[in-house]
Amino acid sequence: MRSTVVKKVIMAVTGLIMIAFLLMHMYGNLKMFAGEEAFDHYAHWLKGDILYPIVPQGWFIWIFRTGLLAALVLHIWSAASLSMRTLAVRGPGYDKFKPQAQTYSARTMRWGGILVGLFIVFHLLQFTVKVLRTGFDANAGPYEMFVLSFSTWWVFAFYAVLMVLICMHVRHGFWSAFQTLGLNSSAKSQRWLNLLGIGVGVVLYVGFMLPPVAVLIGWVN
Amino acid sequence: MKLKLRIWRQAGPNATGKLVDYDIDGVSEDMSFLEMLDLLNENLTNVNEEPVAFDHDCREGICGMCGVVVNGIAHGGSSTTVCQLHMRSFADGATIEIEPWQAGAFPVLKDLAVDRSAFDRIIQAGGFISSNTGSAPDAHAMPAPKREADVAFDNATCIGCGACVAACPNSSAMLFTAAKITHLAMLPQGQPERYSRVKSMVAAHDEEGFGNCTNIGECAAVCPKGIPLESIAQLNRDLIKSMFTKDGK
Ligand code: HEM
Ligand code: SF4
Ligand code: FES
Repeated sequence: MRSTVVKKVIMAVTGLIMIAFLLMHMYGNLKMFAGEEAFDHYAHWLKGDILYPIVPQGWFIWIFRTGLLAALVLHIWSAASLSMRTLAVRGPGYDKFKPQAQTYSARTMRWGGILVGLFIVFHLLQFTVKVLRTGFDANAGPYEMFVLSFSTWWVFAFYAVLMVLICMHVRHGFWSAFQTLGLNSSAKSQRWLNLLGIGVGVVLYVGFMLPPVAVLIGWVN
Repeated sequence: MKLKLRIWRQAGPNATGKLVDYDIDGVSEDMSFLEMLDLLNENLTNVNEEPVAFDHDCREGICGMCGVVVNGIAHGGSSTTVCQLHMRSFADGATIEIEPWQAGAFPVLKDLAVDRSAFDRIIQAGGFISSNTGSAPDAHAMPAPKREADVAFDNATCIGCGACVAACPNSSAMLFTAAKITHLAMLPQGQPERYSRVKSMVAAHDEEGFGNCTNIGECAAVCPKGIPLESIAQLNRDLIKSMFTKDGK
């Protein structure tokens, strides 16, 4: 079956997987507050010992990355293929149109999604591949990298803005995904999932921005 | 009342259209929006101009024939149909802009009249139930639970006006299709074809060239019958189930 709804289901499931990842990632970053040693140990553990000896040392991270990459690729594929079809078949646009319900996040899913995608590329080049070094050198440890980057005001400002976009995408996406999966089928679940969507968006923003704020104001160094 | 009108004029399906300004005087507050257009058309006929084509039938808000975008809102923000929108909702001297429904699947026939036969083909794809011919069954022979019956009834009130499509930034007809699916899915009579129905109606929806739903909610906000977004979730749920369930099991 190749209906638009099936592609939406793929988008919803992969989107929720990525939201789950973001929550984990956020939690991991908060380990900053436990100090350099704890944070570096955590980062090291992620890349080495998880699931060992079920899988050989260092395998887990690659299994995990493959899964996430697959989710991202499928998400972008379904978003692009649905969007291109819809943009081709929709009406030419009214001379005058007054939105009655849409939220800013709902309206910016396509552009917002593309910006989130570009952000992911930047983020990986910065902290994973380490070719875009923002104030740290090639053998800096994770904690050092973090602190040196976010002491630079423009790195901080860039993340502060981009995280707003990501959280908006997540807010509408979270609610929308449950709608797509058929779970919003009563007025009550609509209300709860909407609140939960806002909650996840806010938690992600606050959780991700706390460590950079702490670095910027010199509370953590 | 005296009004300024800006109306989309288009001679035929392939002609290029444009907005044309008209002045109109002597509009009563008690007129419906369509009666105001009737008055304009009388004036136009008197001066040998082509009257404005628009769709209408019952003028009671129950047939679903009428529908135009008034000042950027499908059905003019009346929470009913445009035939039930009254001129007292407008200020004297106001400018009113009137455009036809826009969607790739709803081509303009002339001026404000659009071709909504795509809806008929979605209905034909599955909006029916099988029943035996012969003598009519007793009215209460088949019990339907109260909650489901209420949901079915609410969804059955969809009049197929197309405002949901007109308001949707994706030109999606999910709300309309979902109303039909939910209506039949809630009732015992709808069960035999429940899962094949949702498959074929969604396939027909896509084939007619409606866009995909992105859960924005403009549709439910303008629907004159208050069909809620929950119905779309019900459609999605049934479609997902249809991948694992066959009718009759
Ligand atoms: C490359 C980056 C991305 C692009 C191009 C993209 C694009 C899109 C588009 C066009 C939609 C559909 C809008 C809609 O249906 O309302 C969407 C939905 C969604 N996105 Fe993304 N997105 C991206 C990254 C992400 C990330 C990183 C997450 C999670 C953290 C995410 C979570 C979601 C969710 C949950 C949905 C809702 C699916 C649904 O409507 O059923 N997206 N995305
Ligand atoms: S769902 Fe509402 S807006 Fe859409 S066709 Fe039915 S009555 Fe009209
Ligand atoms: S003319 Fe029948 S609903 Fe408006």
